[in-house]
Amino acid sequence: MSKAISYGRASRGDRMFDIFNYILMSFILIVTIYPFLNVLAISLNNSVDTVRGGITIFPRQFTLENYATIFQSQDLTTAFKISVLRTVIGTCIGLIACSLLAYTLSRRDFQGRRAISFILVLTLYISGGLIPVFLLYRDLGLINSFWVYVLPGMVNAFYVFVIRSFMDNLPYELQESAKMDGANDIKIFWSIILPLCKPVLATIALFIAVGQWNSWFDTYIYNGSAEHLTTLQYELTKILQSTQTGSSAAYGNNIAEKQQSVSPDSIKMAITIVTIVPILLVYPFLQRYFVKGLTLGAVKS
Amino acid sequence: MQTVSAGLITQRGVKTRRFFRTAIKQRYLYLMSLPFIAWIFVFSYLPIWGWTTAFMKYKPSRSFWEQEWVGLQYFKELLADERFYMVMRNTLAMSIMGLVIGFTVPIIFAVFLNELKGKMFKKSLQTISYLPHFVSWVVVAGLVYKMLSTDNGAVNDLLMWLRIIDEPVQFMAKETWFWGIVTLSDLWKEMGWNSIIFLAAIAGIDQELYDASRVDGASRFRQIWHITLPGIRSVIIVLLILSIGHLIQIGFEKQFLLGNPLVVNYSEVLDLYALNYGLSLNRFSFGTAVGIFNSLVSIILLVTANALFKRYSKESVY
Repeated sequence: MSKAISYGRASRGDRMFDIFNYILMSFILIVTIYPFLNVLAISLNNSVDTVRGGITIFPRQFTLENYATIFQSQDLTTAFKISVLRTVIGTCIGLIACSLLAYTLSRRDFQGRRAISFILVLTLYISGGLIPVFLLYRDLGLINSFWVYVLPGMVNAFYVFVIRSFMDNLPYELQESAKMDGANDIKIFWSIILPLCKPVLATIALFIAVGQWNSWFDTYIYNGSAEHLTTLQYELTKILQSTQTGSSAAYGNNIAEKQQSVSPDSIKMAITIVTIVPILLVYPFLQRYFVKGLTLGAVKS
Repeated sequence: MQTVSAGLITQRGVKTRRFFRTAIKQRYLYLMSLPFIAWIFVFSYLPIWGWTTAFMKYKPSRSFWEQEWVGLQYFKELLADERFYMVMRNTLAMSIMGLVIGFTVPIIFAVFLNELKGKMFKKSLQTISYLPHFVSWVVVAGLVYKMLSTDNGAVNDLLMWLRIIDEPVQFMAKETWFWGIVTLSDLWKEMGWNSIIFLAAIAGIDQELYDASRVDGASRFRQIWHITLPGIRSVIIVLLILSIGHLIQIGFEKQFLLGNPLVVNYSEVLDLYALNYGLSLNRFSFGTAVGIFNSLVSIILLVTANALFKRYSKESVY
């Protein structure tokens, strides 16, 4: 019925609107996706050939040489390992910390609940700033150390509140009956609450993992001089900075010089793709959980 | 009188005793939360104490009690520095541009996306539009540089092909364009993601309203104006409030990564100023003073934006 109305009465103005809208949206689609495809094509193209220009979304002379070069580079493989390590450890620690705190906050009978809530909320609004934080980490011995990647970001108030709001919706009787059976709070948390929270924990784990994988500034500021602790994102930053400041691509050259046929620009594209691929792999899951989680969070707040 | 106060004391005594008795009963809950609270104090609250650094001539070798206090000297230095005013201008300009563009465009995108008839196209565009949100700023900066580059950058190639320009433009070297480039890069990265909530809100609008308006012969624009936008009004207001709150996090990642020495007069924001003229030169006190100023600016921005907002809508951030 409604279909009949909509097509029957589609005026010329409406048709114009549709055409305009399709053109606009196609434009947005192209603008969003083209840079990725272009970089992918260049990374898979012979770098001598790339200099001739004209590569759009298909490689002209296909090669895996650019990738071979970066995986032969000692610096980059170390960086890749550190990136993976910080993502795995950071996610585990963060997940444990946030879910434990969330559970204590979801317990309505817990007397520390209000105070802890307040302390947490405040962290969303205050920040010491770059230098006080730097000085603190230095005093704590976190400079030039792996732990600076995973410890400072361990508790995130926002994640705690998301997990808590999920726990709030679980039936309270489950805990009551477990308590009757003599289970203590840790046991209730571990064997009753956590298994039920899998969906929200998966969401938060992905949140934390993507954040860990993508961060580069902490490496730059705290571990910039510790070569064995640099991350992939930071290596990419270095290449980016050296090529754009016109220092004749000094850094990319270091990696590229061993292989005559590989240019810094192609190396840059290949590393870019390597840093994007893990995100693409988890993207379907991100999509499914994130969107739900985000809209849920928005309705709550 | 005495009996009353005595009663109070015993009452308080009972209360404390009850508190401790419950505390013992809930010892595991304390065990589960207190270590992390301690952690929060160290990593989130201790740096606030570090603000004292701005008021002393900080020497790393001395303990806190042996530092030489200099009052507001570093703030005076800051206000006397010409560069500081330029940095202030950049910070304000980019955060306000980011708020205006970064807030309105996702709404328009959501509304137009919703008007698409093809389900497949709509779904895939939606999925693809979130992708840039999940890649790091490092990658985005790399893509922006690549697209705007003078040798075979897509934008220059396209403009040349369309004969709008005769020779490639050095986009990243034009300082007056930097604010625009940062704002547009940010938009490219976050537009799809920021539209999610608006799309969800639009999906919640009663379809019958559209059908009825169609019977009345309303055009698509009128439908958008009289049904869609009023339908998501409350969501728009809530999110506007939230993004005004986010003015506090001005951010510096994009300016750091997209900037270069040629445009530094337009790319340097307060955080980068603190980094370049404080931390990098070991002028810890000066850098902290910049940081404190940054917080002050954020709060002033927040309060002003909120006041303006309140005047027009009678709703408030706090």
